[in-house]
Amino acid sequence: MSGSEFIRELPQVPTTVKLSTELKTGSWRSYRPVIDHNRCVKCLICWVYCPELSIRWDGSSVSIDYDFCKGCGICAHECPVKAVTMVPEGGGYEGGR
Amino acid sequence: MRVVGEVRALNGDEAVAYAVRQCNVDVISAYPITPQTIIVERLSEYVANGEIHTEYVNVESEHSALSTCIGAAAAGARAFTATSSQGLALMWELLYVASGLRLPIVMAVVNRALSAPINIHCDHSDSIGTRDSGWIQFYVENSQEAYDTVIQAFKIAEHPDVQLPVMINLDGFYLSHTLENVRVLPDDVVSGFVGFRKPVKVWVPYLGREVPAVLDGYTPISLGIIALSDYYYEFKMMVIKAMEKAREVIKEVNKEFSELSGRAYGDGFLTHYGVDDAEAVLIVMGSAAGTVRYVARELRRKGLRVGVIRLRTFRPFPYEELTKLLKDVKAVGVMDRATSPGAYGAPLFNEVRTALYDCECRPVIVNYVYGIGGRDLSPHTVKELYSDLLEIAKGKKPSSIVRYVGVRS
Ligand code: SF4
Ligand code: SF4
Repeated sequence: MSGSEFIRELPQVPTTVKLSTELKTGSWRSYRPVIDHNRCVKCLICWVYCPELSIRWDGSSVSIDYDFCKGCGICAHECPVKAVTMVPEGGGYEGGR
Repeated sequence: MRVVGEVRALNGDEAVAYAVRQCNVDVISAYPITPQTIIVERLSEYVANGEIHTEYVNVESEHSALSTCIGAAAAGARAFTATSSQGLALMWELLYVASGLRLPIVMAVVNRALSAPINIHCDHSDSIGTRDSGWIQFYVENSQEAYDTVIQAFKIAEHPDVQLPVMINLDGFYLSHTLENVRVLPDDVVSGFVGFRKPVKVWVPYLGREVPAVLDGYTPISLGIIALSDYYYEFKMMVIKAMEKAREVIKEVNKEFSELSGRAYGDGFLTHYGVDDAEAVLIVMGSAAGTVRYVARELRRKGLRVGVIRLRTFRPFPYEELTKLLKDVKAVGVMDRATSPGAYGAPLFNEVRTALYDCECRPVIVNYVYGIGGRDLSPHTVKELYSDLLEIAKGKKPSSIVRYVGVRS
């Protein structure tokens, strides 16, 4: 919304000025979900549960869109075969990972 | 075109429901609470009988009732709800959401005292408490006015320059449960008067075009996401400006409606009696105005120069109209049916006194708090208030500026 100098330039109703796809929320993340594709059984439960629509399904495997994943860990919690691990961002201070 | 309409025996709640039935409302969501219950009962009957094609959403609380109306209105619907007292208190955070999102929701509030202790009877503390929430507030005097004001409310709320929610306040039991003759307009006339909701448009930069500001499922927009220290103030300012614009619109709609029905409520903001040559004036809101006017008439017959102003709108507050009317009056008594513990007088008093501070011949203004928790206001008491005021008008110093009338000492 930057750049508006006058109230009259603002919308009467507080609507969005950007699509949510332009607002990359991935930087909020302190833990990154990592999928172990050897374990993944492609049940898509993570896809159902992810509140950020950050699990992608390309027809043959799942992947994570790190531009938007906030690192909430719900996918790791819900995965029935524990194929998702939450790894600390930024070099890792937990066990040096 | 002047339409006479037929007379029906309706209480205040029924009058509200009858008007809502005629106003092409898309979504109703409300939770029953005494003394508002009859409104939702009648409305759900209308829906169950197929008399209106309105989506009636049953909810588990008032918080959800207003949330539902907010969702519906954000999707472009005309939405209505009704509540009282604790119910309004439970809606609190959503009140600001409705005005901040500029959603023209209409709500009837049947005024009732707030707990504790539990009380189901009338005072204005519930709605007066919400005065800063950005809702337009009407206080009606009788069932006829309740009916007429609901119809006007949709037009005012949905005016492109206003786009604010409207609250119609009617006194619990005095109006809600008392049968009156109400002249109702034919369905098609009301429908024609209010029409259908036309959402305003907004410019969306990433689409490069203007679109209706509604969540229609096709146009990718969101409402009210976030505006921090950079833009929140401006959006609040727009609500303030819209409230100022509402003054003109309330006046217009009052006039248009009177051309249709023959009924006008002063200029839309207030009605008055005997003020022109009055020395002492009482200012009052709601059903008590009838009692005050009755006493004023009696006293004037005896040659006493007394008058009464009945405020119809509290938001926007008609300070200019009041200042004009009261410029030659010596003593003004402001009757508040709400309290503000710790304040110097109750809210209406504060508002009136502030308005008259810049008035050249500044009258003495005193506060009479009355009717709390449904405490009766008798003509005898009103007579006492007038004689108190007349003495003040003659130069007597008021015994106290703020007086609590009719309470045990
Ligand atoms: S961590 Fe949360 S946001 Fe990220 S992919 Fe998993 S469920 Fe989605
Ligand atoms: S929930 Fe686990 S197993 Fe299922 S698709 Fe997601 S990562 Fe694979």
